[in-house]
Amino acid sequence: MAHEHAHDDAHTHDHGHDDHAHGPDKGIMRWIKTTNHKDLGTLYLFFSFTMFFIGGLMSLVIRAELFQPGLQFVDPELFNQFTTMHALVMIFGGVMPGFVGLANWMVPMMIGCSDLALPRVNNWGFWLLPFAFTMLLSTFFLPGGAPAGGWTIYPPLVLQTGNSFPILIFAIHMMGISSITGAINVVVTILNMRAPGMTLLKMPLFVWTWLITAYLLIAVMPVLAGAVTMLLTDKYFGTSFFNAAGGGDPVMFEHIFWFFGHPEVYIMILPAFGIVSSIIPTFARKPLFGYASMVYAVASIAFLSFIVWAHHMFTVGIPLAGELFFMFSTMLIAVPTGVKVFNWIATMWRGSLTYETPMLFAIAFVFLFSIGGFSGLSLALAPVDFQYHNTYFVVAHFHYVLVPGAVFSIIAAIYYWIPKWTGRMYNETAGKWHFWLSAIFINVTFFPQHFLGLAGMPRRIPDYAVQFTDFNMVSTVGAFGFFIAQFIFIGNVLACCYGWFGRTRNATAQVWEGATGLEWSVPSPAPYHTFEDPPLVGDDGMPVHGNAAAAHAH
Amino acid sequence: MAVEPESSKVQSGRRTRRYTTGKLLLVVAGMFGFGFALVPMYNALCQLTNLNGKDKNMLVASNVQEHEDVSREVTVQFLTTVNGGRIWSFAANQPQLKVHPGKLYTVMFTAKNQQDDAVVGQAVPSVVPWNAAKHLHKTECFCFERQPFAANEEKQMPVRFMLDPELPRDVDTVTLSYTFFDVTQLAQSAVKPKS
Repeated sequence: MAHEHAHDDAHTHDHGHDDHAHGPDKGIMRWIKTTNHKDLGTLYLFFSFTMFFIGGLMSLVIRAELFQPGLQFVDPELFNQFTTMHALVMIFGGVMPGFVGLANWMVPMMIGCSDLALPRVNNWGFWLLPFAFTMLLSTFFLPGGAPAGGWTIYPPLVLQTGNSFPILIFAIHMMGISSITGAINVVVTILNMRAPGMTLLKMPLFVWTWLITAYLLIAVMPVLAGAVTMLLTDKYFGTSFFNAAGGGDPVMFEHIFWFFGHPEVYIMILPAFGIVSSIIPTFARKPLFGYASMVYAVASIAFLSFIVWAHHMFTVGIPLAGELFFMFSTMLIAVPTGVKVFNWIATMWRGSLTYETPMLFAIAFVFLFSIGGFSGLSLALAPVDFQYHNTYFVVAHFHYVLVPGAVFSIIAAIYYWIPKWTGRMYNETAGKWHFWLSAIFINVTFFPQHFLGLAGMPRRIPDYAVQFTDFNMVSTVGAFGFFIAQFIFIGNVLACCYGWFGRTRNATAQVWEGATGLEWSVPSPAPYHTFEDPPLVGDDGMPVHGNAAAAHAH
Repeated sequence: MAVEPESSKVQSGRRTRRYTTGKLLLVVAGMFGFGFALVPMYNALCQLTNLNGKDKNMLVASNVQEHEDVSREVTVQFLTTVNGGRIWSFAANQPQLKVHPGKLYTVMFTAKNQQDDAVVGQAVPSVVPWNAAKHLHKTECFCFERQPFAANEEKQMPVRFMLDPELPRDVDTVTLSYTFFDVTQLAQSAVKPKS
């Protein structure tokens, strides 16, 4: 053992070369000081869940206000603050940390290494987030209130934000640093720490999608940091990046922002593709159809995401050639996405399907994400985008890809892996209730918004013309129903964590009959340290002398 | 288990990880710089393609030669906006003008400071359609420099312009738009205005 090196770098210590460090510390300091990927994964997931709850409450205020025309509950300024903060909290606090949490838990266990490559950086990356969001949410209590210019923070409007403006910028910088550290950690881990025999093209798709997502994060989060820094200097230090009076151009902000923003929307969906590609083969009891084409499709989507940004700004006055280029490059993304949907369906084709809760959410993902994809194709058409731009059609589109897309995939992943994490099975009946209520209410919420948008209701308004009332009422009922249904999920998850209702640790190592992959070769619940001695991975992706001993090699 | 091979393996593994981390940090720094590099790239692209209604030829034109093309008549519309609303009243003295390409015209704009304080204004021009921008030449324009206004001062401000005969045949209407910005604070800062 490397005892003579154990002192020159504390890093070595984290790999548990002394036999005493096999269990977690006790008390609150365990969570503050932890460098364990499983602990940090848990922290990320609980943080993400808290943010989903807060962002969800904001959306309920929005939907309550929109239940009827006229102003009932909030004044327009506060309404705008809620729409802006709902988006920032859900994107940077809910979806992204949710996926980082899943990567923390699963990537080391899927590639057969003991932890992420940079465990202390991992701890720092997580603990930036509670501070960033405490600051961001505290702006509600400042004079002038929270940022209200939309999450896209377009100047010159956002420059009129009051005291909360510098706090918004600083919070975005902190979220960005957190995302970048997480992404670097994932890339270094995947490239350098795979177990022997785990070649790149044998990695589970969740690992592949996260590798590509991490590269996207590393490429575009710094661009967002640059853009918000320019906003800051424009407001306080007399620069004119976006100030037309000083020779700048506000349209340029839109270009820089969406150069970040479009890869960002794929950052929020590629890990979901990986999750669904893990779940569907398990419950179809067939290997994933077209593994290599799945990898190449994800890589193509990532590449294309860099050359389509101006489809968010068809109406700003870009010339015909530009409209055509961005229209066709955007429509091109439908090809690799179509390959993926085809492969998921082909995996299910003639499989021995069973419909446990993770599978239900995964199938709903394929179906409802495709609807979101189709409305995306409609929006990609430059000529019709002039009608759809800034309407509820856009709201319906991106909520279809983000809620039954990204969020359903996170829920599916938790149902799928929680027996591995806690050793306890969730309650299947409650899971099915959760699924059906969620799947119905999410469509009740967002499907009518397509019609509202086509009929001309603009987004980001607290009041509307009376002819939009009926669909808005339906949408509001759906939103409250969806929110309430999530309490079934909270109860189910916490019961697994804490053993409520007499749940016992009776999950087997494999948990699911059709599950394959390294994470299913360790016991349930997964020991605090797994794969301290890397396993030898066979052609089937399982350890060659496959047993759970790898977890406790000493 | 031999001590030496394993410990050197641990070390080399750590070195590879540090190397990869370093490379990725360089990418992060590079992309942060790239965000700022987009600014000159954007401006260069706008110049090159005359996008965004901005063109060097439009802003300054010396020794303009007149070649009046009486066979062609183009409508030039004048659009005025005040950023932030209430500081000035600002309008062209006539909303539009029918012109022959190749001939110089002068139009007058009136701006009145509505405030009881002195302000400095800067007009920012824009031309649509985009392919007309490089064919609109101005020999004189109030937008060439900042315009100081005393309290409640009213100013008559001329624009002397010409559409050159190479203006694409399909263009029969050109819109010249000015937005007036309050640059009092910018003018007070140490930075000298661009010439």
